[in-house]
Amino acid sequence: MQTKDKNLSRRNFIRISGMTGAALTIGYAMPALANDAAEILTAQKASEQGIELTAWISIDKTGKVTILNHRSEMGQGSFQAVPQMVAEELEVSLDNVNIAFAPGSQTKYGSQLTGGSSTVRGAYTRLLRTGATAREMLIEAAAKKWNVNRSECYAENGFVIHKPSGKKLGYGELVEEASKLTPPKDVKLKRREEYKIVGKPLPRQDNPNKINGKAEFGLDVKIPGMLYAVIERSPRFKGKVKSFDDAAAMKVRGVKKVLKTTAPVFAVEREGVAVIADSLWAAVEGRKALKVEWDDSAFEHLSTEQLYTRMKEDLKKPGLSQRTGGNAEAVFQKTEKKVEAIYETPYEAHACMEPLTCTAHVQGDKVEVWGPIQAPDWIQQDISGRLKIKPENVTVNMTFLGGGFGRKAFMDYTYEPVLLSKEMNAPVQVVWTREDDMTQGPFRPGAVYECKGSIGGGRINSFQAKMAAQNMNWQWSPQPDKTAYNDSTTEGFCESYFETIPNYSFGDVPTESPVPVMWWRSVYSSTNGFAFESFIDELAVTAEKDPLQFRKQHLGERYRAVLEKIEELTNWKDKKKNDGWGVAITFCFNSVVGEAVKVSKNAGGKLKIDKVFAVMDCGWYVNPDIIRAQVEGSIVMAYGAAVSHEIHFQDGKAMETNFHQYKMPRINEIPDIEVHIMDNEEKPGGVGEPALPPFAPALCNAIFDLTGKRIRKLPFNISEV
Amino acid sequence: MPPFIKPILMASYNLLINGKTYKVEADPKMPLLWVIRDLAGLHGTKYGCGMAQCGACTVHVNGNPVPSCTLPVSSAAKQTITTIEGLSNDNTHAVQKAWLAEQVPQCGYCQSGQIMAAAALLKRNPNPTDQDIDAAMMGHICRCGTYPRIRKAIKTAAQIMAKASN
Repeated sequence: MQTKDKNLSRRNFIRISGMTGAALTIGYAMPALANDAAEILTAQKASEQGIELTAWISIDKTGKVTILNHRSEMGQGSFQAVPQMVAEELEVSLDNVNIAFAPGSQTKYGSQLTGGSSTVRGAYTRLLRTGATAREMLIEAAAKKWNVNRSECYAENGFVIHKPSGKKLGYGELVEEASKLTPPKDVKLKRREEYKIVGKPLPRQDNPNKINGKAEFGLDVKIPGMLYAVIERSPRFKGKVKSFDDAAAMKVRGVKKVLKTTAPVFAVEREGVAVIADSLWAAVEGRKALKVEWDDSAFEHLSTEQLYTRMKEDLKKPGLSQRTGGNAEAVFQKTEKKVEAIYETPYEAHACMEPLTCTAHVQGDKVEVWGPIQAPDWIQQDISGRLKIKPENVTVNMTFLGGGFGRKAFMDYTYEPVLLSKEMNAPVQVVWTREDDMTQGPFRPGAVYECKGSIGGGRINSFQAKMAAQNMNWQWSPQPDKTAYNDSTTEGFCESYFETIPNYSFGDVPTESPVPVMWWRSVYSSTNGFAFESFIDELAVTAEKDPLQFRKQHLGERYRAVLEKIEELTNWKDKKKNDGWGVAITFCFNSVVGEAVKVSKNAGGKLKIDKVFAVMDCGWYVNPDIIRAQVEGSIVMAYGAAVSHEIHFQDGKAMETNFHQYKMPRINEIPDIEVHIMDNEEKPGGVGEPALPPFAPALCNAIFDLTGKRIRKLPFNISEV
Repeated sequence: MPPFIKPILMASYNLLINGKTYKVEADPKMPLLWVIRDLAGLHGTKYGCGMAQCGACTVHVNGNPVPSCTLPVSSAAKQTITTIEGLSNDNTHAVQKAWLAEQVPQCGYCQSGQIMAAAALLKRNPNPTDQDIDAAMMGHICRCGTYPRIRKAIKTAAQIMAKASN
C-alpha cells in the first residue's frame, strides 16, 4: 500500500536539487516561452552560468526521483500523466518517483494555464526529452566509472547495466558523476513499441491520498496566525457598495474587522464587504449580521427571458463572419431540399465541488499565495502587476483543486485575499460559500444558434451556422474591438466537413450583456457541438439517409474510423425498430470523439437512456484508464447540462443559489457508459474536455430516432419527452 | 447588550472522534463540520454546500452516515463520530481498497463523503443491489462524474468484505 507522501514541498525540492553532486538535477534554461528546442542544463552548469534552472527532474543519492509537475491537478490526471512520461524515458519505476507542484512562474515553466486540455499535448516532447537526457547521462557516467564502451550499457528500472558482464549500478550511485557531465544535445526517444509505462493503465499516484482525507485542497491550507474572511459581494455585476452597517457584525465574537473591498472581474471591479474573523464560523456569522446597501444603477436588471429575446433578435442581424467557403446563402436559396433550425443552450455554473478559496500573506513587497489554481503563472503576473512588485516576489503555491473546469483559471478569487492580507497584516484565507460560488459567475455563456443547410445529390451542399452569444474575449477590455468576430464559431465542428461541404459560413453576432462569462469544460464546443451535430442529423433526415452513414459520407479517414468503431460496438446495422439510436461526432482540442446513445421507453412510457458508447481518438496517449475516467466524467457533466441544470437570471441576479436549485445529476440517473480508445499514429490530443460536446446531440438525436421529436433547446425535461 | 459581550455563546464539548476525545469550546449551533475541520483539525471532511445537499461532509454518527454541515455541535456531543481519517489508518478498509482498485477519484474532493456513505451502506447491507446503491448514494454529488466507478467500487468492496469474512 502506498501511503508515502507524494506531494513533496517545493522548499524541500529546491533544497535537494540545489545540492550539486548530491543529486542529478536537470531542467531547462528556458526563454520566456515554452520551446521544445530549449537547452537542457544540469543544476551545476546552470549555477556556473548564473542561470536559474527550471528543474523538471532531480535524482538524489538514494535513487529517488522527484519530478516537478508544472500543471494543476484538478482531477484530469496531470499529476499522473506528467511523471508517467518522464519515468518512461528515464527508465524508472513510478514507485520511485515523487511528484511536486511547480510554483507559478511563466519564465520558468512556459504556460502553466491548465486549460484547453493541453498538458500532455503541449509538453510531451519536452518531458520525454528531459527523461531521455537524464537517462543518457546516467549511462555515460556508469560507462566512465567502469571504463567500458557506453554502447555496451543500458538503463533499466533505475539501474545502468553493463550487458557483457552483467554489472549494474543504481542511479543513486551515479548521480554525482552524472551531474558533472554536459547533457547530450540530441537524445534518441524510445519507439512506442518499446514503452513500458506510457500507454499503460497505471493507477494514479494521487489517489492513495484522495481516499483517506490527506490530499490538501485549497480549503485545507492553514498558515500560522491566519485569519478567515467571507465577502458579501454585490449580487448584481457592477453593483457598488453604497453603505454598510457593521455594528451587529462587529459584535460577533471572533470578528476582527469589516471593510469594503474589491476584486477585478475582467475589466471592471466588483465591490464587496469583507468580514474578517479568527475563525471561519465567526466570519460567516458576522456576515449574517452585516447590512449592506448597494448602488445598482450601473447594472441592467435583466432576466433570462430578456437575454434570450436579445440573442434571437441579434440573429436577425448580418453579424460577423469567421470562416466561409463558396456561397452558402445563394446555394441555400436555390436548393429545394433544405432545413433551418434554431438551437438554444443555457448559461451554466462551473459548480466545482470545492467552492472557491484562496489564501495570501503579504509581507512588505513579498506575497505568498496558496490555493487551488488553474493558472499559477497568470496569478503571479496579475498580483505583481497590481501591487507593482517584481514577479519573483510573488510565490504561488499549488494545492490540489477540488474541480476546476475553467473557473479556477480566473483571477478574482486569488486577488481578494491579497488585498485583505495587506490590510490586516496577517495571512488571510478567503472562503466562498456555495451560494457565493454559484451566483457570482463567471458562467458558461448561453447561446442561440441559427443553422441553415441544404442537400444536393444526397450530400450537404450548403451549411450555415450563426451564433448569438456573449464574446468572452470582449470582457478583458473596457473598450473591446466590436468589429472582431468570435474566433470560436467553428469550435467542435469536424475539420474535414470543410473539405466536403462546398459552401459554408460560420459567424456570430456578439450579444451585449453584463453577465460575466468564462470558459466551461470544452468551452464553445460544449454548446457549438449541440447545434452542429443536431443539425447534421436534421440534414441526414432531410437527405433520407442513415445519420451515421451520412456523416461517414462527409468525413475524412480519421473520423470515419471512429464512426466505424461505433458501428462495430453498437451493432449499428442491426438496430431494432423500437430502439432509439443517436450518434454525434466532434473535434475538440485536437481529439475526435464519437458517441452513440441508445434510448427506449419503459412500460409506463418514460424515456430511459439504456447505454452510452464513446469512442475517443486522442492520438498518442499516456494513460488509458485516466482517459476512460475523463470520458465518463465528461459524459456525466454533459448529461447535467443537457437535462438537469441551468443558471437563470432575474432582476440582474443569478437565481440558483445552491444544489437544491441547481440540480446536479445523481448516481441513479447515470446510464452504463462504454469507452473505447483508438490506437493510431496521430499526435496527442486533449483528454479532459473533448468527450463532453458529442453527448447532448447524440442523446437528442436518439430521442428523435425513437419519438420523432426534435429537441432544440437545452436543458430539457427528460421525464416529459 | 454592552459591546464587549458578543452574541456567540460558547460552550464546552467533549467530542469522541475516531476513538479520541476532543475538548472544544464552540458556539452550540456551530455545525459539526466546522468543529471537525477547524477545531479538531481533521481536514478530510469537506465543505460542499452547507445545506445537506451534496454529501461532501458526510461522517458517521453512531455508525450512521450524516451530513455534518447541518448538524449542530450541541447534538453531536456524547455521540460516536467517525471521519474519513478514522476509517483506517493505512488505506486498508475494504471500501478504500475498492476505491483504489477501481481508480474512482478524479479531483477527489467529494470522495471522503462518498466513501463514508459507501462504508455505512456495506456495513448494514453487505450485498447491495443497484437500487440499494442508488438509495444510499443519491445524496452525494460528484462534479467529476465518477458515478459509474463508485457503483463498481461498491460492488468490489462487497466482494472484498465477503472474502475477508470467509
